[in-house]
Amino acid sequence: MANAETPKKLPLDAIWRERTSKFGDFAGYDMPLQFEGLIPEHNWTRAHAGLFDVSHMGPSFFALPKGHGLEGEEAHKKVSSLIERLVPADIQGLKPGQVRYTMITNEDGGVLDDLMIARPAEPGAAGDLYIVVNAGCKHQDWALIEAATKGEANLVRADDRCLLALQGPAAHQVAAAVIDPALADMNFMTVKRYDAFGRITVTRSGYTGEDGYEILVRAENATDLANALLAHAEVKPIGLGARDSLRLEAGLCLYGHDLDPTTSPIEADLAWTIQKRRREAKDFPGAKRILREYDLGPARKRVGIRPNDRAPAREGVEIFKDGRQVGIVTSGGFSPVLNAPISIGYVESAYAEPGTGLELMIRGQARAATVTPLPFVPHNYHRPKKGS
Amino acid sequence: MTTRYTKDHEWVRLDGDIATIGISTYAAEQLGDVVYAELPAVGKSVKQGDDLAVVESAKTASDVYAPISGDVVEGNAAIAGENWQIINDEPQAGGWFVKLKVADKSEIEALMDEAAYADYVKGL
Repeated sequence: MANAETPKKLPLDAIWRERTSKFGDFAGYDMPLQFEGLIPEHNWTRAHAGLFDVSHMGPSFFALPKGHGLEGEEAHKKVSSLIERLVPADIQGLKPGQVRYTMITNEDGGVLDDLMIARPAEPGAAGDLYIVVNAGCKHQDWALIEAATKGEANLVRADDRCLLALQGPAAHQVAAAVIDPALADMNFMTVKRYDAFGRITVTRSGYTGEDGYEILVRAENATDLANALLAHAEVKPIGLGARDSLRLEAGLCLYGHDLDPTTSPIEADLAWTIQKRRREAKDFPGAKRILREYDLGPARKRVGIRPNDRAPAREGVEIFKDGRQVGIVTSGGFSPVLNAPISIGYVESAYAEPGTGLELMIRGQARAATVTPLPFVPHNYHRPKKGS
Repeated sequence: MTTRYTKDHEWVRLDGDIATIGISTYAAEQLGDVVYAELPAVGKSVKQGDDLAVVESAKTASDVYAPISGDVVEGNAAIAGENWQIINDEPQAGGWFVKLKVADKSEIEALMDEAAYADYVKGL
């Protein structure tokens, strides 16, 4: 059904309007979909650095009430134990400055959203968490968090600020030149605050498979930051279209498509996001199903799929084996890097091994395809070297 | 030979009783780089408004509808040979999709002419 509400304008709307007229409504926001073209933008991000406005997403700070009287590790353990009521990841075990990918699960072991939770690096922020959830789920997620932790902690929305993602192999060089040289030394999946463009919160993270940063900046400083980044020769603005093809190549889940309230993290091949302490404590929503599937294996599994010919298999395409339906495509499209169609889907676990031949029912015609390891294109994250 | 257009952005050009059909320059621009296209088999009969072909960009899959009724007599060999770039490069010339043997020429007269289509696109 059409949403009667007019989509919200991004704080940086004017900057993007100068560069494209191709906008579309996404999760209630009027978002730039494309600038010079999906494929050139995609390839630019893989080779240089792309700037994405993801201010539609849901950044927030979750904090113990003022005067909580706890310090350092104790404050962190307290605030983490509260958020752990909703997610299966080990948040208490985060080191200062560490970021973790997790999901909000329901009692049936399904996924209500996937999100990032960060423990601030600064000692003064002990007892705070920085949480970023999906745009389309943010109102639901915030309500769930508040309901589960009422009176024990406060959730402060930060979605009046701008969230800019700078992604690509040149991102570190650009960030060092434009923001602070120290950004180049951050490791992937860490967070730090910087006194630049006001006071910004930077995570070295992203959802493209590339190295990069996500920068939370106050709206009044965001224009200066975006203009400074766009002025760098290695940076081009990138629309939502390429954001989706980049994450698909990287084999990352898109909530509402590859993850939903019926899919478990184990089916989604995200068992690595549930650390040992939580598996042993069995104390998160849906633990019963999730741990059963962890031990015995799920009935169906998320896999990568490469069609053997050129026809893309998009969301909803049914997957067959020997004339029987064994799965469904949940995301699909075209990989500019491979110059070939790629899909993500769920299949019965017996057919989830890479190399397994399957058939995709596209417009009534069965077409051969092959199960392929994810990601389709190797990740290029900045991680510390082993032993250092 | 005049070119006529549909609201779904197909164009059709009649030569004798053979109509050449493709997607408009506007449609090709909106679509972006074509990464796949599928043509109907020669001999297939289509009625006005039926699915005729498929064209896909990285972004989306679009149906190409038959602007008029007829029988498919030829598909563009360049497209069948996976040279989809031609759809972006010259959508209203070398990037044509199919040729139909026309059943009822009056169907063409009811479509938009160049000026009407230009106005239509301006209003989108």
